[in-house]
Amino acid sequence: MSDVTTDTVQLPAAASGASAPRYADAVRYAAPWIAVAVAFAVLPMIFSSGSALTTLSLMGIMIVFALSYNMLLGETGLLSFGHAVYYGLGGFLAIHAMNTVIHDHLPLPLFLIPLVGAFSGLLFGIIFGSVSTRRAGVAFAMISLGLGELVASSSLILRGFFGGEEGVSTNRTKLLHVFGLNFGPQIQVYYLIAFWCLVCMIAMFAIRRTPFGRMCNAVRENAERAQFVGYNPQVVRFMAFALAGLFAGVAGALAAINFELVNSSMVGAEPSGLVLLAAFVGGIGNFIGPVIGAIIVTWLEVTLSDMTDIWQLYFGLLFIGVVMFAPSGIAGLLMMHVPLWRARAYRPLSRLVLTYLIALVPALATLAGLIAVIEMIYHRSVKASDGATISLFHVTLDTTSVVPWIAAIVLLIGGFLLFRRTWPVVGAAWHDAIMYAQGAGKKK
Amino acid sequence: MSAPAIELADLHKNFGATKIIRGVSLTVPTGERHAIIGPNGAGKSTLFNLISGRFTPTSGSVRLRGEDVTGMPPYVINRRGLSRSFQVTNIFPRLSVWENIRCAVLWSLGYKYSFWRGIDGLTDVRDRAEAILHEIELSDRREVQAGVLTYAEQRALEIGVTIAGDARIILLDEPSAGMSAAEAARAVALIRKVSQGRTLIMIEHDMGVVFDLADRISVLVYGQIIASDVPARIKQHRAVQEAYLGTAA
Repeated sequence: MSDVTTDTVQLPAAASGASAPRYADAVRYAAPWIAVAVAFAVLPMIFSSGSALTTLSLMGIMIVFALSYNMLLGETGLLSFGHAVYYGLGGFLAIHAMNTVIHDHLPLPLFLIPLVGAFSGLLFGIIFGSVSTRRAGVAFAMISLGLGELVASSSLILRGFFGGEEGVSTNRTKLLHVFGLNFGPQIQVYYLIAFWCLVCMIAMFAIRRTPFGRMCNAVRENAERAQFVGYNPQVVRFMAFALAGLFAGVAGALAAINFELVNSSMVGAEPSGLVLLAAFVGGIGNFIGPVIGAIIVTWLEVTLSDMTDIWQLYFGLLFIGVVMFAPSGIAGLLMMHVPLWRARAYRPLSRLVLTYLIALVPALATLAGLIAVIEMIYHRSVKASDGATISLFHVTLDTTSVVPWIAAIVLLIGGFLLFRRTWPVVGAAWHDAIMYAQGAGKKK
Repeated sequence: MSAPAIELADLHKNFGATKIIRGVSLTVPTGERHAIIGPNGAGKSTLFNLISGRFTPTSGSVRLRGEDVTGMPPYVINRRGLSRSFQVTNIFPRLSVWENIRCAVLWSLGYKYSFWRGIDGLTDVRDRAEAILHEIELSDRREVQAGVLTYAEQRALEIGVTIAGDARIILLDEPSAGMSAAEAARAVALIRKVSQGRTLIMIEHDMGVVFDLADRISVLVYGQIIASDVPARIKQHRAVQEAYLGTAA
């Protein structure tokens, strides 16, 4: 993040210079986005199965949602427990808009429905934000929780709007067809989501690098000092909140288009928690963090929920693990290595990666042992009537026999003890790499 | 004649039953360098907090260039042309030196809450921030996180953030506190330079700095100004010597 600005702010002389550096700047700004656009276009050709396409669509929605959440948490330092309100209401208004368009034969193509979500998210962001952003910190977090509960409970009362238990459904193919697209096949929906995902990513990235975006960081760091340089932190927080609502609304509308169904669970605590988890696991300190988090969390949600009933337990463990051992998230861990890469410390870096791989073996063994223990306990306590055996990693385990239990515990404890012995090795390799990088920096 | 930069009229501030500021009236004309001295706990920082809008006075009024700003929030007072530094360094710790200065420049150049203009393309912001960095001699530390600067560098950044918005009235709260003699001398040179053509009010314990810089000195003791005069006469003031200089020197 800040390293990008480094190059562009070097000297005032560069500003008065010829158009050549400007052109180079434009290319450098655009290049990553062109790469992302190409990746979005090519991905469904690589992962072309129906389920893969569904997963990719969900990832696109989650990326927008998680990035919008990070405008609050990462950029402005506002911990919200109710961000799904704007996602869900965006979804509901989008689906009602779709049904109205179908009913009245209005000339609005499906492609533009996410704008309805954007408007709804912004509107509710303005309404609820005007209350909640008067305060920061714990007070803000509590108000966001209260507002989340308020909307979730009204969703069960206001049945006309929220559709009660079964929710509100639509048929996305019945809207005006433009360019012969009826959005029946998932691939067309995927590209619609990918397009809006890219637009939102670029917009949110650009907002970070505006006077407002920088003041969000300043308010996060020291709201009081921001007041003494002319800024009202309440206004900064309010604007961040409203804009985060806008993008969450887009994500909600995309979800409504994707599922053709929204129900009250969409405004509830579960998606509010999930988006917090995605942003945090990915890393709130980098723009790329929530993107990584959204991809991982969506992938885990899809695959884990197929494999085990207690997938949420593993989510909880993942979250605790990240909070305890990598509070800057996966992106933070990756970014730690950027200085090494910059310093061209390739040899120590490759040695470091090698030690990671060595440490990974016992870590995976520990994880396998842990999973086996959890699954066997779960099976014995909840599903014992289904028979004595479970299938785990393509191995059939007899939960009534003592052997798999011992094997699992040996894996868990033995693996962990071995894992701990790799820590000093990794630490030494890290130290060497940093020393090497610093040495290289001094020589320059 | 234009209105004075700052006019305090019978200012009081109580915290519960404790009276910290007990009727301060002070007029600082435009362009003056004014020092406020006084023993610890006299209420000097509280007085700054009242002027800059951090605290609301219990009674009395604060006028800025003729306008009543009593009880207004800090950002309004800042926009009216007053900027202040803090005794305990008060910067944006996890932002780079460059971002610290740039954030302090934005409002005064009229960018307000703009979320549609790329900040890196704003040449006036960049040029002004460059100039400030150069002035506080932190140009080669620009990418360093403010929180990991040395103490003296943080104090320089504190002054940089304070002057970045080009405020006409500047309040400095112990700018040389905790500095070595050499660092303090550099700080004085910096303050002299940046207060050129502005109104400066500073709280300072170092009498060398005070008598070197100030056009006028006010002595605050137990929430009241007991003397306000040019340095030469403050030195000879009997009550001041008893209350402050006598014990200090």
